Amino acid sequence: MSLTPGEYFLQGNEACVEAALVSGLNFFAGYPITPSTEIAEGLARRLPEVGGAFLQMEDEIACVSAIIGASWGGVKSMTATSGPGLSLMQEAIGYAAMSETPMVIANVMRGGPSTGQPTRASQGDVMATKWGSHGDYQVIAFAPASVQEMFDLTIKAFNYAEKYRVPTFVLSDAEIGHMRGLLNVPSNIKIVNRKEKGVRRTDEAYDVPDDLVPPFPTFGKGNKAAVTGMTHGPDSRIEPEDPKIHQELVSRLNDKITKNRRDINKWDLLCPDSKHMIISYGSASFGAREVAAEDDRIGLLRLKTIWPLPEEPIREAASKAEHILVCEMNMGQLYHDIKRVALEAGCKKIELLPKIGGEPPTPGEVRHKLREMGAI
Amino acid sequence: MEVFDFYRKDRWPHVFCPGCGNGTVMNCFYRAFNELGWNLDNTVFVSGIGCSSRIPLYINADALHTTHGRAVAFASGLKLARPELDIVVFTGDGDLGAIGGNHFINGCRRNIDMDVICINNNIYGMTGGQASITTPHDFQSTTTPYGNREYPFDLAEIAVAAGANYVARWTTRHVHELTKSIKIALEKKGFNLIEVVSQCPTNFGRRNKMGDASIMLEWFKENSVRREKARSAAVDHVDLNLAGQVTIGEFVNRDRECYQERIGVEKHGEKH
Repeated sequence: MSLTPGEYFLQGNEACVEAALVSGLNFFAGYPITPSTEIAEGLARRLPEVGGAFLQMEDEIACVSAIIGASWGGVKSMTATSGPGLSLMQEAIGYAAMSETPMVIANVMRGGPSTGQPTRASQGDVMATKWGSHGDYQVIAFAPASVQEMFDLTIKAFNYAEKYRVPTFVLSDAEIGHMRGLLNVPSNIKIVNRKEKGVRRTDEAYDVPDDLVPPFPTFGKGNKAAVTGMTHGPDSRIEPEDPKIHQELVSRLNDKITKNRRDINKWDLLCPDSKHMIISYGSASFGAREVAAEDDRIGLLRLKTIWPLPEEPIREAASKAEHILVCEMNMGQLYHDIKRVALEAGCKKIELLPKIGGEPPTPGEVRHKLREMGAI
Repeated sequence: MEVFDFYRKDRWPHVFCPGCGNGTVMNCFYRAFNELGWNLDNTVFVSGIGCSSRIPLYINADALHTTHGRAVAFASGLKLARPELDIVVFTGDGDLGAIGGNHFINGCRRNIDMDVICINNNIYGMTGGQASITTPHDFQSTTTPYGNREYPFDLAEIAVAAGANYVARWTTRHVHELTKSIKIALEKKGFNLIEVVSQCPTNFGRRNKMGDASIMLEWFKENSVRREKARSAAVDHVDLNLAGQVTIGEFVNRDRECYQERIGVEKHGEKH
């Protein structure tokens, strides 16, 4: 049974587990990796209670492969990992994008490259999430900044994965995953199930046109679906050598996400018209949130969706701001993309506070950087 | 079911070369499947990458044509999500034994219910004839121009050691035995492997003085030894697979409990 409405005191990773169950998760395949392991452990215990299946695979490539297989059986599926696992998963993530398989990956980020800092937080996988597999494709990624958001955004991840038939990420980190906090489970949680081929639905959740997101031909229902990672036409016939079919397919895979930014992009704003804006996400925003709350000269745009990049609020903030400070727990990953949008919107001074090593930037470090920029 | 109802006629012409053994294996599979009176709507065909992995795309059923080597992993997830569906995996020696080796041995160990048909042509055919993990010692390929310096894997023996419920190896010369084994595997629960040593005259035969399918079939016939008889020879020869002889027959037929029974997901599948 999934959590009943009410207040709970949970760890971030536990909130992710409970959110997955509320969303209707039926299959989880995992491989142990710090700092995400509590998600696998939690689901190994909880899934059998709700009639689902847990499978511990031999590696992370197999994890994503297995959840794709399960998804084609028509159930909601998920895996959880951290950086080194994400590197292995990339092959199957590309397959999921190409075959349009709904699935969720919870990536509890840690310091890289390589084995790096297993127990420390980082945001080093932001670009690997978007660009890690070969070829042109889009994913959806959410960045929670609290236990509550770990719950809320995991549910959103499932809903958007189903709606757009796309691999969707919950990009948290060791801070959020291991933090304990208050979770408020509301009574009216909206759950989206995939639009199945041959099933008529009029729900407004599916207002994406069929030619952008085709209905899902679930296995075992007489659909005779031919699913492939090769270039295929709308009839799923493989056409690896037809330039036009490839162009149409890959354009659509990208368009279905980028043309629906408005629907997918979520963010939080503090002091929206401020001359001095901080743009941040996830646990990198902790310090910035404190600074913005205390100092009304400082605004904060906190991104909850990071892929596709919420260009609209960045443009809006940049059109009014003199200074933009991007706070990230990496050497500058989303910064370059944010800078591109902000420059186009007319902001001249866009700087970066990169914090690596495992701790989020402190309020003192944020203030120091703002002073250095001449913002305060 | 007529043979032409079994295939997706609209997907022809197929990609297989003249003389390829894939057609023989497909035919044997169709016969076994049809004799059992099974329903294509309840069967999903899963494959990886390679010539043999194209087979599911020609069968008139749900098909999951996946990434290189991962077919068993995809099939494992699918089976646990939908235990009521029958899963058949078509794969090749490179797909199953090289890049997918870890998924293969762990699939056998887990004993999740699926039938894996591995068409072993001893070469990477689709990419033009590079040595595979089953290319016999000293044989020629594009990546072993001085002869293969390595020794081949024995996929069937690995499956036995790793815990598969049913393991058999035949060649494309042994169509009756192969058809019978496929029927046994289809009816049997757990992880079942049927390895079919098959001819690739285009990319294996031509470089090894066997450029004709019939010559290769003759070679299979003359060099096949029943496992019971080959057992003592195998102890002394690491290269028992093809370099000297092909060991054929049923390697194991047992009834280990399969994974989905152990975790009890049979029941949850009834929801669908």
